Amino acid sequence: MSILIDKSTKILIQGFTGDKGTFHGKEMQEYGGNVVGGVTPGKGGRTHLGLPVFDTVRDAVAATGADASITFVAPPFCADAIMEGATAGLRLICAITDGIPAQDMMRVKRYLRRFPKERRTRLVGPNCAGIISPGKAMLGIMPPHIYKQGNVGIVSRSGTLGYEAAAQLKALGIGVSTSVGIGGDPINGSSFLDHLALFEEDPETHAVLMIGEIGGAQEAEAAAWIKANMTKPVVGYVAGLTAPKGRRMGHAGAIISGVGDSAAEKAEIMVSYGLAVAPSAGELGSAVAALLDKRRHAA
Amino acid sequence: MNLHEYQAKELLQSAGVDVPKGAVAFSPDQAVYAATEIGGWHWAVKAQIHAGARGKAGGIKLCRTYGEVRDAAEEMLGKRLVTHQTGPEGKPVQRVYIEAADKFDREFYLGYVLDRKEERIRVIASREGGMEIEQIAAENPDALIQVTVEPAVGLQPFQAREIAFGLGLNIKQVQRAVQTILGAYRAFRNADATMLEINPLVLTHDERVIALDAKMVIDDNALFRQRAIEGMRDPSQDDPREAQAAEHNLNYVGLDGTIGCIVNGAGLAMATMDVIKYAGGEPANFLDVGGGASPERVATAFRLVLSDSRVQSILVNIFAGINRCDWVAEGVVQAARETRIPVPLIVRLAGTNVDAGRKILAESGLKLITAETLSEAAEKAVKAAKGQLQ
Repeated sequence: MSILIDKSTKILIQGFTGDKGTFHGKEMQEYGGNVVGGVTPGKGGRTHLGLPVFDTVRDAVAATGADASITFVAPPFCADAIMEGATAGLRLICAITDGIPAQDMMRVKRYLRRFPKERRTRLVGPNCAGIISPGKAMLGIMPPHIYKQGNVGIVSRSGTLGYEAAAQLKALGIGVSTSVGIGGDPINGSSFLDHLALFEEDPETHAVLMIGEIGGAQEAEAAAWIKANMTKPVVGYVAGLTAPKGRRMGHAGAIISGVGDSAAEKAEIMVSYGLAVAPSAGELGSAVAALLDKRRHAA
Repeated sequence: MNLHEYQAKELLQSAGVDVPKGAVAFSPDQAVYAATEIGGWHWAVKAQIHAGARGKAGGIKLCRTYGEVRDAAEEMLGKRLVTHQTGPEGKPVQRVYIEAADKFDREFYLGYVLDRKEERIRVIASREGGMEIEQIAAENPDALIQVTVEPAVGLQPFQAREIAFGLGLNIKQVQRAVQTILGAYRAFRNADATMLEINPLVLTHDERVIALDAKMVIDDNALFRQRAIEGMRDPSQDDPREAQAAEHNLNYVGLDGTIGCIVNGAGLAMATMDVIKYAGGEPANFLDVGGGASPERVATAFRLVLSDSRVQSILVNIFAGINRCDWVAEGVVQAARETRIPVPLIVRLAGTNVDAGRKILAESGLKLITAETLSEAAEKAVKAAKGQLQ
């Protein structure tokens, strides 16, 4: 098991024939993911990377039975592409695109709620590195060789910090069940909490590493939820201790604008809810290892 | 992107919000001319900077004669105004806004923000105008009137009425306030704003509801469809290094420390700064070179970091995903050959093609310090900045 994706996931690429769709499409194929085709409006009927190209997501789903997509569609058109995917019945959409206007994302989130819960699309991202279930499938842009297959779930706002964590774990011989990037934008398709709930249900995940950053209240909400609902141990980390107030640190959502936004406050909240907090990004792997050891001794 | 007060007021006015009569001036002569055009006998001369708290810092002057208008404009223009929001270096005043100073009876707060938790626009109002909203929220949270906007239909008149009655207005005043509240919402939505603050919104002697001050922030991600607003950008208000970085699609934020950072990815860049602090040093900057960092971009990054004279060592930390370490290594080598780097350089590469990248660095003949892990890199950078490592 793993969460969100595995070998059986039928993957569609939105924005298939562009540079990014092509490059990462190949990578995902090479990793063994079941990529079944792609969508580029106006290029339907062609073949790209040995796979069919469709004009619309609806056509693509009808022809291939795809249940998940990854989108590289440019920021001005990406909200539209996500809503198209949701309407065509995709179970999961992962949006890599960085630069979608916040008001577009408000509309997307509102639109997704139109569908009844049982057939509502789960959106991961935007502005994220995607999802990988090591040894099974990849729906993202990460370097797959840094992940070892195993039992730790990773959920991170930052892509590169998620890589850092996976590499540190691998160096300690610890593997990953699934790693999810939720993205650096102020409005995310899915939150820490959404993925923590999936990890809690996943028998192959034994512990979770949650990597947050400054801005927003997601980490605090997740910490409260963990305390109340989660049986598996969670290690937290929050980037941006040295970030000044009121300055956007790269990510559109990484800004300290009010109470509770700073890294110190979030880390404190995590500690108050009983999470183990890694003191430094250099110790993400060792913090997880220490927690797993403790569990093993207790058991 | 931040707007000046007068720019925000232009947008508000065109959306049906009543604002005082005013004009922008770049010189004392223009300021006096603006005052004659506006008419009346009381004017406010207001320094236009991208920061608040101007009043207490001498950035807003009430004037009763043309002479006073001239003096106030002369006093402000060409200076740097330091308020408690600008930092010690202040912001340059290159334009002033001259405005009719109407008498008013009451002051309110009216704000619009992007509520990340609700994923909606939130309208916040308070009877206590003129104060900072954080202060109101901390001291008297019950005094805040709040509504969230359903994105599918927009802000509704009944919601605006609830706010207006909540402010304690009578029915005649409520009708005017509703127009203001709905108009400001349209301005916010149409401009792709992430924040709009009208503080204070005032009720005048003759029962008009007008926006006396306005602060507006536009979503950078939406500028592709806000060309007119992008034209309002005032680069003089930005840190010159940050403006230069933005031109090259790099994200740079200057800080006070001595260790320059060049990192890919915003999260890793923040974490690298934190690890430097954890190792006993102080980061000089945040810098995200982004994905696909070409040699040119890396070279630009070096120039930016080195333009800060406090920098005593540079830490390059690249975890390549879309990036490839060999490309980054070539960039580092090329940049180091073109730009003399007078401080110790610590390079940590990881991820895609890491071995090829390390080989390029090793064979370059450049004097640099390599590190395998993030912690090791930070420790070496801190030692090097203190002159304890060559």
